[in-house]
Amino acid sequence: MKTAIPVEEAARRIPDGASLLVGGFMGVGSPHRLIDALVACGRRNLTLIGNDTARPGVGVAKLISSGQVTRVITSHIGLNPETQKKMFAGEIVVELVPQGTLVERIRAAGYGLGGVLVKTGIGTLAGEGRQAVEIDGETWLLERPLRADFALIHANQADYAGNLAYQLTATNFNPVMAMAAGTVICEAREILPIGMITPDHVDTPGVLVDYLVGIPAA
Amino acid sequence: MDPQELIARRVAQEIRPGTLVNLGIGLPTQVGRYLPPGMDVYLQAENGIVGLGVRPPEGMEDPDLTDAGGAFVTAIPGAARVDSTLSFGLIRGGHLDMTVLGGLQVDESGRLANWMVPGKLAPGMGGAMDLVTGARRVVVAMFHTAKGAPKIVRHLELPLTSTRRVDLIVTEMAVIEPTDAGLVLRETAPDVDVDAVVRATAARLIVDEPVGRMLACA
Repeated sequence: MKTAIPVEEAARRIPDGASLLVGGFMGVGSPHRLIDALVACGRRNLTLIGNDTARPGVGVAKLISSGQVTRVITSHIGLNPETQKKMFAGEIVVELVPQGTLVERIRAAGYGLGGVLVKTGIGTLAGEGRQAVEIDGETWLLERPLRADFALIHANQADYAGNLAYQLTATNFNPVMAMAAGTVICEAREILPIGMITPDHVDTPGVLVDYLVGIPAA
Repeated sequence: MDPQELIARRVAQEIRPGTLVNLGIGLPTQVGRYLPPGMDVYLQAENGIVGLGVRPPEGMEDPDLTDAGGAFVTAIPGAARVDSTLSFGLIRGGHLDMTVLGGLQVDESGRLANWMVPGKLAPGMGGAMDLVTGARRVVVAMFHTAKGAPKIVRHLELPLTSTRRVDLIVTEMAVIEPTDAGLVLRETAPDVDVDAVVRATAARLIVDEPVGRMLACA
């Protein structure tokens, strides 16, 4: 059984300097209330790992604007001019990673793999500094696991066992991120009694989830 | 005909029934409009849908159903939601029949640059590197020139997306196929002659007479 905690309390558990995996794709499927609460906490020196930095004013972009993030590992910052400006000004260090490589690095961390071998990035800037590995005459790049202190994820439904179900394209990075962090905090749209999400419809088993964020009273 | 429509209509002719196709954001997205009605094709959006449908009518948008650019979409009957690991497994694993992407430059050997202008613009590669490396067929849909400067060049000035040679380049002026021998001019736009294409191209073009007309058999 898991007791839902207030969103402010969940945010307070994240210290200065923490690394965060944050779910979402252009803000779709991001834990928006958790992000707002974290912005209100005014943390410093956070590392943000996620698909993109959304658009200004949306999702994780609020953490960029508030100056709490000093390092970003992501595949795309093209729709957030603020991230680009801060990067060129040297206020944020941005590591750009191909999207498929980013998701596999997170998966490697969560699934107990020492790394993954990919073709993506060979001969490009994204492949620089990567170890080349030859297997049966074919060249691959070794990509290392990517883990974080916290995963902040969004689900459509949770139950009080912590089981999660996602919806449509709000799924994206959330299930894999739930595997790859020391502490997993989930903000769901609704929290149902145990048993309401049938075993076949559980996407992320509750044993992976440390905290559920409570639903605000209507 | 509007130049974007011309490009999108011509690219649509490349799509075969029974295939899985990824359309990039921007111009390539428009290709979906010109597929024959009822054609048995599955469009992928890498943020997590196989079986992307048209834009929903106003008022019927679902915040959890978007494309990779964050725009509201629908899902066709038979569609599947996939998470980011499966989505890129489809792309890298040889399951994606075709990808259509925009381009900043393509060089004489058919290699694409489309993710960065150093010091000026750093959108990031998103899924582009995985798509170009992993898709069975890569089609570049772009304008022939940018502010009068040719985008098809002898050598890339911009960072490479993948060492893989693209399969076809479709612009508002021409259809060009990169081959072992070099770039072959296959078709010109209805009101454009071969000389005009050669003048607007900074790479050497192999003119294989008779050159076809774009959309001639549409």
